[in-house]
Amino acid sequence: MSDIAIRVEGLSKQYRIGARRKAHNTLRDHLMSGLQSLWSRNGHQPPARNSGSVESAKPEVESTLFWALQDVSFDVKRGETVGIVGRNGAGKSTLLKLLSRITEPTSGRIEIDGRVAALLEVGTGFHNELTGRENIYLNGTILGMKRAEIPRQLDEIVAFSEVEQFLDTPVKRYSSGMTLRLAFAVAAHLNPEILIVDEVLAVGDAAFQKKCMGKMEGVAKEGRTIFFVSHNMPAVTRLCQRAILLEDGKLCRDGNSHEVVSAYLHSELGTMSAREWTDPLKAPRGEVAMLRAVRVCTSDGRSEEAFDIRKPVGLEMEYEVLKPGYKFMPSMELWNEEGVCLIDSIEYDPNWRGRVRPPGRYRSTAWIPGNYLAEGTLFVTVYLETVDPKIKQFYEKQVVAFSVVDSGEGDSARVDFAGKLRGVVRPRLDWNTVLNPENVQPERVTSEL
Amino acid sequence: MHMAQAEAIINPPRRKLIIEKRSSRFDMNWSELWEYRELGCVLIWRDITVRYKQTAIGIAWVLLQPLIAMLIFTAVFGKMAKVPSDGVWYPVFSLTALLPWMYFSQAVTRAGESVVANGRMVGKIYFPRLWLPLATVVSPLVDFALSLVLLFGLLIYAGMPLTWKVLTLPAFILLAVFTAMGLCFFTSALHVKYRDVGHAIPFVMQIWMYLTPIVYPASLVPDEWKWLYGLNPMVGVVEGFRWALLGRTSPDPVMMMESLVVLFAVIAGGLVYFRKMERQFADII
Repeated sequence: MSDIAIRVEGLSKQYRIGARRKAHNTLRDHLMSGLQSLWSRNGHQPPARNSGSVESAKPEVESTLFWALQDVSFDVKRGETVGIVGRNGAGKSTLLKLLSRITEPTSGRIEIDGRVAALLEVGTGFHNELTGRENIYLNGTILGMKRAEIPRQLDEIVAFSEVEQFLDTPVKRYSSGMTLRLAFAVAAHLNPEILIVDEVLAVGDAAFQKKCMGKMEGVAKEGRTIFFVSHNMPAVTRLCQRAILLEDGKLCRDGNSHEVVSAYLHSELGTMSAREWTDPLKAPRGEVAMLRAVRVCTSDGRSEEAFDIRKPVGLEMEYEVLKPGYKFMPSMELWNEEGVCLIDSIEYDPNWRGRVRPPGRYRSTAWIPGNYLAEGTLFVTVYLETVDPKIKQFYEKQVVAFSVVDSGEGDSARVDFAGKLRGVVRPRLDWNTVLNPENVQPERVTSEL
Repeated sequence: MHMAQAEAIINPPRRKLIIEKRSSRFDMNWSELWEYRELGCVLIWRDITVRYKQTAIGIAWVLLQPLIAMLIFTAVFGKMAKVPSDGVWYPVFSLTALLPWMYFSQAVTRAGESVVANGRMVGKIYFPRLWLPLATVVSPLVDFALSLVLLFGLLIYAGMPLTWKVLTLPAFILLAVFTAMGLCFFTSALHVKYRDVGHAIPFVMQIWMYLTPIVYPASLVPDEWKWLYGLNPMVGVVEGFRWALLGRTSPDPVMMMESLVVLFAVIAGGLVYFRKMERQFADII
């Protein structure tokens, strides 16, 4: 048994798209074009269509073909969890469909070694008229469970789905949440060696999503291979050690999931550590104030994309107060790529606290000390409201982003460690280590503190 | 350790799955079709279970439909048009032909739509697509078997005892099943690309009924046209049923041979066509 679970070699998939002149989706089209080519052969060529001539037909065909996936190769080791990221149309779904054999590659090949289950949707084949129990059998078989296996797993599936009382009720009487839970419960008990999953699994309410992700994490921990396609970056970084970035059907990056995800986010957001609204009509605004700019900067005022983990980071917002007589409360939030809000900070400036701000342009900057944030991509949300009365002016979610990097020179909280460090923040704490603490004079310890 | 993992280790036939562009158009991959037999059974079971859910008289429809058709045919063709029936009591004469025909027409109509009707499944999960028309052709057999009770009851009432010939019935049933299958491989695949098929099938089935000796005996067809008539495999099926149950006219061997040849041609062609079109199903459904 080799340790390669999935091997993809030179995989390509070509699709025909767009308004094809040569497309015949009904028999009538076929007949009509047949008649027209007969007509054109008689010399009366209709101007709009010259499908009769070979020269013009060729480029027509060329222009309607496109490569959804082009020459993609990679290996997935047994027990590895791999996330596939990329924007819409980058080829994620195509790759998934090829891996799950729903559609055939145009060229290239995939080798899969091990019992595989592909989940592109929960509840595929569910039938509304059938009861919950019947649907467990139906869906289980469709997903590839053996008939003998299902009764053995039935109790577990039912318990996981939390629909015991309704097991013999037709699924059409279920709430959508119940159907989803039941469907996921079946999928969760497939026990394959290789799991190919689409992000659509992460549907439903927050509690249910958490349960799904928990189950997937469990599967990953059992050492099974997971291939996960998602738009949800936090889920990818949390679940996968490795990520593959697809761009226009090509493999563009392959590596540690944190690195790939932040590279992807950067390419998506572009140079987005600064944003300005020059056109007042487009600026986020309220009755009395409007947002003009948001920027992430260094202590000497430069805008940066990436910040040294040891250096302070300034979060800057510029806004214009339009009407006199109001007090304001600017605030900013800092989110990490896993969707956790690290900081929710309100302006603390004694000069302006409780004071009415006359109309004009203001710049409020919040400083995050060096050696405080963890490595990764961070997003800034800005918020402005008036005080007494409390009126929201704007709340712009994750308007700018920046990354924090550790060069590994040894004077950060990473010290000399090269591996993965946990924690949403990474302050360099004061450590104190002594030899033979029982021999140390107590006075000395207290005096040092 | 999980059961499934343990199983996978105990049962070592883990073969590597290779996914690439299929090279041969004649590769039917029977072994895979067999591997997925449980799915086939479940699809058949689903079809049967679902059909009469939330109906007031449920399974009685199976008996009611042929019964009413028989009464109308007897009134219109037997009494009013005075269509000959080879000297057999007309209700028996028509019902004997109606049952296999109703099976056939149901199977063809439903199976023709089977791939499109399960489009979501086709787009989201892999399984041998052939199971869709296969399962839908098989499931109306249950209805057919139940309606046979009606026929046997009527035969006893008419004082027409069953003979050893009744044992040949399965052969004719199989002929109907295979004809429906072969046809549905074509229609269900074609339906994915051209939804026209969905409109055409019910209409074609109506015409086809009159090209099959259901309301009239095959003996009414002029001899010089018999060769053409025999190309319709349902002629063989219906004639076979009448012979096995009513025992009057034995099926014309030439026409039976013709039916068989057509049958094999349809199945082989249908399989190749289905397998060819199957690769595009998920992309165009």
